[in-house]
Amino acid sequence: MATSEKAPVLVVLQLSGGNDYLNTVIPYNDPLYRDYRPVVGLPEDQVLPLDDDIALHPSMGPISAMYDQGKVAIIHGVGYPNSVRSHFRSMDIWHTCEPEKTGTEGWLGLATRELDPRKDNIVTAVSFGPSMFRALAVPGVPVACVDDLDTYGLLTGIAPEQKRAKILERFAQNYAPLLGTDTVMQYLGQTGLEAMAGADILKVAPQQYASTVKYPDTSIAKKLRGIAQVHLASLGSRIFYCDHIGFDTHANQTGVHATLWNDVSNAIDAFFADLKEHEAADNVLMFLFTEFGRRVRDNGSGTDHGAGGGAFALGDMVKGGQYSEYPSRKAEDLTQGDLAPTLDFRGLYATILEDWLGVDAKPIVKGMFEKPRFL
Amino acid sequence: MAREDIALMAHLMRRAGFGASREELEARAARGYEATVEELLNPEAEPVDRYEFLRYHPGFWKPITSPGMGSAAWFHTMLNTKRPLEEKMVLFWHQVFATGQSKIDHWHELITQVDMFRDKGMGNYRDLLVELAKNPAMIYWLDNCDNHAHAVNENWGRELLELFSMGVGNYTETDVREASRAFTGWTIAATPPRGYYNRWDWEFEYLEEDHDESEKTFLGHTGNFNGEDIIDIVVQQPACHRFIARHLYNFFVAEEAQVPAWQTTPPRDPEAIDTLAKAFVDSQYDMRSVLRVLFLSDFFKNARFARIKSPAEVVIGILRLAGGDEFPAPGIGNRAKQPTYMGQELLNPPSVEGWHTGAEWINSGTLMKRINFAASVLSDLSRPGIRAIVNRLRSQGDLSPEGLVDGCLDLLGPLEVQPQVRQQLVEHASEGGALHWGTEQEVSTSRARVGEMLQLIASVREFQYC
Repeated sequence: MATSEKAPVLVVLQLSGGNDYLNTVIPYNDPLYRDYRPVVGLPEDQVLPLDDDIALHPSMGPISAMYDQGKVAIIHGVGYPNSVRSHFRSMDIWHTCEPEKTGTEGWLGLATRELDPRKDNIVTAVSFGPSMFRALAVPGVPVACVDDLDTYGLLTGIAPEQKRAKILERFAQNYAPLLGTDTVMQYLGQTGLEAMAGADILKVAPQQYASTVKYPDTSIAKKLRGIAQVHLASLGSRIFYCDHIGFDTHANQTGVHATLWNDVSNAIDAFFADLKEHEAADNVLMFLFTEFGRRVRDNGSGTDHGAGGGAFALGDMVKGGQYSEYPSRKAEDLTQGDLAPTLDFRGLYATILEDWLGVDAKPIVKGMFEKPRFL
Repeated sequence: MAREDIALMAHLMRRAGFGASREELEARAARGYEATVEELLNPEAEPVDRYEFLRYHPGFWKPITSPGMGSAAWFHTMLNTKRPLEEKMVLFWHQVFATGQSKIDHWHELITQVDMFRDKGMGNYRDLLVELAKNPAMIYWLDNCDNHAHAVNENWGRELLELFSMGVGNYTETDVREASRAFTGWTIAATPPRGYYNRWDWEFEYLEEDHDESEKTFLGHTGNFNGEDIIDIVVQQPACHRFIARHLYNFFVAEEAQVPAWQTTPPRDPEAIDTLAKAFVDSQYDMRSVLRVLFLSDFFKNARFARIKSPAEVVIGILRLAGGDEFPAPGIGNRAKQPTYMGQELLNPPSVEGWHTGAEWINSGTLMKRINFAASVLSDLSRPGIRAIVNRLRSQGDLSPEGLVDGCLDLLGPLEVQPQVRQQLVEHASEGGALHWGTEQEVSTSRARVGEMLQLIASVREFQYC
């Protein structure tokens, strides 16, 4: 089952809702920042400086510490041309690499297919969330979709086990491919069989797991702990995906944004501590992104949907530092009041795909884009 | 009773409601299809007595809005209502005008919004939009309370056009800006600060001094528009008529592409969309009139099992069929979370875009939850609806394996399955031989075997359709 234990593993943490980049990676000595953000601007004496120009949000202490150890790459100004300010659409673009039309294939679903073309391992990609992310969705590519690892299983209510086994056998027969059925029916059949197989494999992960690391009691920490459990079980999983929601800070941003980053930073801290304790951190790359940044000028309480955002790559193998150019804040350089992206996200994906997962990026991101060299 | 009449009535009740027991289907089929549509559109049955829920779960009531009990209150209504289409339209509007507890943090306000959908959801769409614009939960959800004459917040203005009425591609960024300006001053009246357990009710308030009184140009019209003027212009747009028609088609008839793709993907049945859009305009945006056209159309009647059930439809449908959860007993909070486990947290959609529907409800995790839930409830022989199924089968006398399978498929729908699937079910039933109801021992064995067969049917693919 397990492939090489040290095959590179990608953990994606999606910040849903549009994280405010200007208040996450802060140009804290730029007077324009103060001008634009009379209400949500963060005081100079509270931010966590990385250098003379850039500081992190005060709630990002653990990430700042990792940065100091050279394990965090910050990629500035990530976006795409003609930014869309709809959550749904913009997230779809990030998930499918299709800014011009509606894409149906997720970039990491395609990567999963490249990593495991013969579907030898049904848990090559594992999604932690109540619903599956479009980034992973490609027809015919199995993705295990877990919310609670502890109770994961099919028809677990049937006792005794002998009877359950018999029913599951019927189940498998009923879900076998049928000629002449439509695509949804086929999709249901495939999904059912994968659910059954995936559950059998994944159920060992929590049983094998032991750790001294205590995770915070937050939803994102619970997801990352589940990812750690599956990773540590050496099941050959290569791509993990989860999200944290609530970054749509139109109003009352200051407190809300601080809580969000506090939860995310501490969960990440516990996750890497857990992996380190098990000597399983060195082949893990964590990638954080969001669907767009937010408007440069605050609206008196929060910030509206914007364009250029930013991304983070974390892990032992990352060449720490800052990549790409922080977008100009000068009024004449803004597009519709938003930061103009300085790096196409598809170039960032290409770095991850080619220099980490070892798959050809071109057919997945549909073209050639400038790659930030953080690996 | 002709089998086809029952099958058609079952289709109508699955779509226009949450399914119905065989007794109810027979009674309705006897009254006739058109009469049933009319009754669904103009229900006379008493609404659910919400004080029953309140009596046992006072924590649901304001000002103590306990976490989670808000969706349980609605869940209780969906389980018990005798006005099923009215409640289905609440679910419809909740999907279209998706508003979530993740930000509102005030269950009572969401319940108030849901009550408004119940009150107005089958009435005039233009009036509904005006009510929506004044709904405090919506105002807070899309930050119109932060939309000021001198500091415009575009959130509500944008989503009104993109998600609530017309769809992307039918307006410009300028239109978004101008619509937003027209809604400046539409806000929530100030309340005392909330405490740990008390939250004050929110009330709509129009603050004239915070309204942008200058001229606006919106979708080619120019004037000193206020919010209602914007809505009046919106409802005249052909894009709006088709948008609502397509939403209705997707929810009641058959799967459409996901909403963001509507700009580029033509409708599955363009004629049906034309028909519904025309009914919408002809009736001056009366939802009841459009629904009547929809349910009486051939495209509806021919769309049996053309949709994947939403999680709410799965859970409520199964519980209404099986019975036993009508009383709001302790534990209803957890039962009300079942749709959440299947990817649809009621009153807390993932974003203002609502949920992705159709096949996107299904992944290995949610499919597992659907099957596990259905199997556990349908094999519970203590539930009255399951006992009724057993009794109907028993009244047919001894049953061959084929009789058992066909009888169970019939009483769970009638559900249509692939011939190969039926063959598998028959093979499984054959292992236990025929069903007998002679001795007490035989009755007990037969009952258990019916439960097991219902469980097995609940796990087949066709069960996920409605």
